[in-house]
Amino acid sequence: MRMKYVLSEVLVGLWRNVTMTIAMIITMGVSLTMLGASGLIYTKVADMKELYFENIEVSIFLKTDVTEEERTDLATRLEADPLVSQVTYVDKEEAFKRFQEMFRDSPDLLSAVKADQLPESYRLKLVNPEEYKTISDQYAAVGGVDQVVDQSQVLDKIFNLFTAGQNVALAAAVAMAVAALLLVANTIQVAAYSKRREVAVMKLVGASNWFIQAPFVLEAVVAGLIGSILGLGALVALKKFLFDDALSALQGLFAPVSWGEVFLTFPVMAGVGGLISAVTAWVTLRFYLRV
Amino acid sequence: MIQLEQVTKTYPKASRPSLDNVSVSIDKGEFVFFIGPSGSGKSTIIKMLLHEVTPNKGRVIVNGKDVTSMRSWKRPHFRRSIGCVFQDFRLLPNRTAYENVAFALEVIGKTKAVARRVVPEVLELVGLGGKEHRYPHELSGGEQQRVAVARAFVNRPLILLADEPTGNLDPDTSIEIMRLLDRINRTGTTVVMVTHDSNIVNQMRRRVIEIESGRIVRDQARGVYG
Repeated sequence: MRMKYVLSEVLVGLWRNVTMTIAMIITMGVSLTMLGASGLIYTKVADMKELYFENIEVSIFLKTDVTEEERTDLATRLEADPLVSQVTYVDKEEAFKRFQEMFRDSPDLLSAVKADQLPESYRLKLVNPEEYKTISDQYAAVGGVDQVVDQSQVLDKIFNLFTAGQNVALAAAVAMAVAALLLVANTIQVAAYSKRREVAVMKLVGASNWFIQAPFVLEAVVAGLIGSILGLGALVALKKFLFDDALSALQGLFAPVSWGEVFLTFPVMAGVGGLISAVTAWVTLRFYLRV
Repeated sequence: MIQLEQVTKTYPKASRPSLDNVSVSIDKGEFVFFIGPSGSGKSTIIKMLLHEVTPNKGRVIVNGKDVTSMRSWKRPHFRRSIGCVFQDFRLLPNRTAYENVAFALEVIGKTKAVARRVVPEVLELVGLGGKEHRYPHELSGGEQQRVAVARAFVNRPLILLADEPTGNLDPDTSIEIMRLLDRINRTGTTVVMVTHDSNIVNQMRRRVIEIESGRIVRDQARGVYG
């Protein structure tokens, strides 16, 4: 009977102040969507980093007037370097082939460049791609080396963009969470005020504190959970209409987001939403009801 | 049953103590009036017995429990042994007489079945048989106070505290309420009543403790208002 009483109080409570309840749920939902999105971006960026860095190369381009000695010297040093996992030598002919391949749509450019105009190079795969800087420092000044070029620098710019996006989503999540928090606190205050007579009688006759607080706290938790369902709906819509539909042309660029990953964010959103609401409600009650 | 040992209470920002070194001992089954002018400290005693305020000095013992050192989380359970009636009734306006009394039972975990058995009985006892399903606004002041007494008594508390229970009632109705409290007292319940009503005190001829400026100036068995 006590459970039934508490649950009916929760429903009555949510309904009594329905506009505020809806505002609370929507803010909570938006905040949790942002949180979920930011979490997804975070895991995706990690995935993509792994994927991209695996195929990444550092190229050491040689000067056109490089001597045979300098070339073999460099080769031995690279072979012995513990940071380098694999070395490939690309001579002028090979470089020209790659050049032709890359620019086959621009015949003018192709006809203007001869094979011996292209530099020879060593293509390195690194044990840890992020140690590019050390490689660059070590070899840039070696005799016969023209320049050290790292593809990961370009990628870093892309990833910085993703990270910035993630941070924006996170900041929005926090801002909305603050708004949601204040709304929860306000809703609980209104609820406590409208039930002040009942609460006074309950305190007088010795109802236990949890029994007095439970309906209010659960009211907030239920709103938080509905908010997280809303957040899940928003993420599903984002994946379906934005990611799979409008951005499908860019699919090769992004690591794919699976449905599993989208649904996995739900327990996190529900947990965060429920917990934040519960704690806020409880703290508000401690100040407001002094129970 | 109730003991105040050299109790002093000064509220923050107050220039003088509300209770100044007060010692009182009340036995089980007694009927005690606390009288005195407004602000003399009578209500502070009631609040202390309810563990609503704690003394700065001295000890308060109720039902063998030291209220002074009681932790606040123990307060709910402690209050179940004390019934309380106020000048302003404190009924829930959207609940009937029956529901008001049953509410007090249900929120401390009693089942509806218990309420169905006990509530009509106690409403009968306070003389509201047949009016169980009236709302407070459909009842007279005296009847509302009877509901409040029924709510306070439904748990069979050891102590009944009454803070000016007749303050809002006319003399005749007041006497009826006093008869009711007297009847409850005869069941063995200790009754502590704070009042201004000299008529009632003089008629009842029970123990009278007079307080003035936080000090006990008179403690008289079978006393009058004076």
